[in-house]
Amino acid sequence: MWKRDEAVRPATPAAPQPQAPQIVSAGARSDARPSMEKDIVNIGKSVVIKGELNGSEDLTIEGHVEGTIQLREHVLTIGPNGKIKAEVFAKAVVVLGEVTGNVTASEKVDIRDNGSVDGDIASPRVAIAEGAHFRGSVDMQRKGAQPGQQKAASSSQAEKAQASASAQPQAAAH
Amino acid sequence: MALSDLFSRRRKEHAESEVGASDAPVHPTKVLARFIAGLSSRSQPVLLDLGPVVGTNVSFFGEQLGCKIIVEDLSKDIDRHVRDGLLDQLPAFLMKRFPQESASIDGILCWDVFDYIEKKSAKPLAEQLIRMLRPDGVLLAFFGTAQPQPGSRPEYTRHVVVDKANLQHRPYTAARPKQRPLPNRDIQLLFEPLRIVEQFLLKTNLREVLFRKAPETPGGPPVAPSA
Repeated sequence: MWKRDEAVRPATPAAPQPQAPQIVSAGARSDARPSMEKDIVNIGKSVVIKGELNGSEDLTIEGHVEGTIQLREHVLTIGPNGKIKAEVFAKAVVVLGEVTGNVTASEKVDIRDNGSVDGDIASPRVAIAEGAHFRGSVDMQRKGAQPGQQKAASSSQAEKAQASASAQPQAAAH
Repeated sequence: MALSDLFSRRRKEHAESEVGASDAPVHPTKVLARFIAGLSSRSQPVLLDLGPVVGTNVSFFGEQLGCKIIVEDLSKDIDRHVRDGLLDQLPAFLMKRFPQESASIDGILCWDVFDYIEKKSAKPLAEQLIRMLRPDGVLLAFFGTAQPQPGSRPEYTRHVVVDKANLQHRPYTAARPKQRPLPNRDIQLLFEPLRIVEQFLLKTNLREVLFRKAPETPGGPPVAPSA
């Protein structure tokens, strides 16, 4: 028992230990979903990513990301050490760290205690804890908007094409 | 040692705030229902909240009423100006504070923010709110009527919507106390050309006021704020 614990622990730094293993183990034990690929990928706090981040599994970010994050069918968790300057698209977004940029979720956005969001949120459900920081707007979209988003899972260009197809006058004016 | 003190203090503060949140008093409100009624004629009204972000309020206005909510917490701005000794710059700051377009907001929740600023700052703030409000839009504001008590701990109030008729008042630390209450006439002048449609003086020494911007005249140009 003890040896096994020691073998696992040195990989993670001292400070965020209580946080990171909790998230990973919670994900690993959640057998409610049948997929075997239901692992949670963790971007460590020393990692800096600039550009577009796409994925098809749940993701926890403890590092820095600038650009765009797209996890249309999955849960994105911004850990307490995570700092994001990005447009975020996901099924659900949990914020314990800092996000600067717009957040769009097809299911839920959850800003936890000490979590911070500077940007506009678009999601049918939004939970904001009392100690959270938020500056921006909250748009709890109507349900009619969701299927269009799910179809356009592959790229934002496809989404734009859909929008222009359904609302040509607006696109032309734009 | 010092670090452990800090942690224990933070834990204590957190515990106090938790207790405060559940034990905070619930007060009846008269104008909130009218404010909501004023928004209900719009399909997806845009709401500007000048208080701190409150999750339950976001759910209430967003999920139940279908509003788009914009949160612009002015208490943080006021605190920053107080702490930095820049209160004389607050009027100019407030003039440029809001990026929203003119006539783009259907409803504004001011809560009691005007109690914490002087008249010289209140004027530009009111001008900006009038600018942003759409014709026929509504603005809800609370004004204290009691003189501030010297030596009392400065506190803001987080207004949590319990339902259309009740608000929970959760206090939290402020950098400065409430200022001298504005007389009724000054309130009226401050928000001209908005019209006061409802006004209640509550037993809690709070004046609840609901303002409305004049609707657009049919076929005519939008109502312009006074020069």
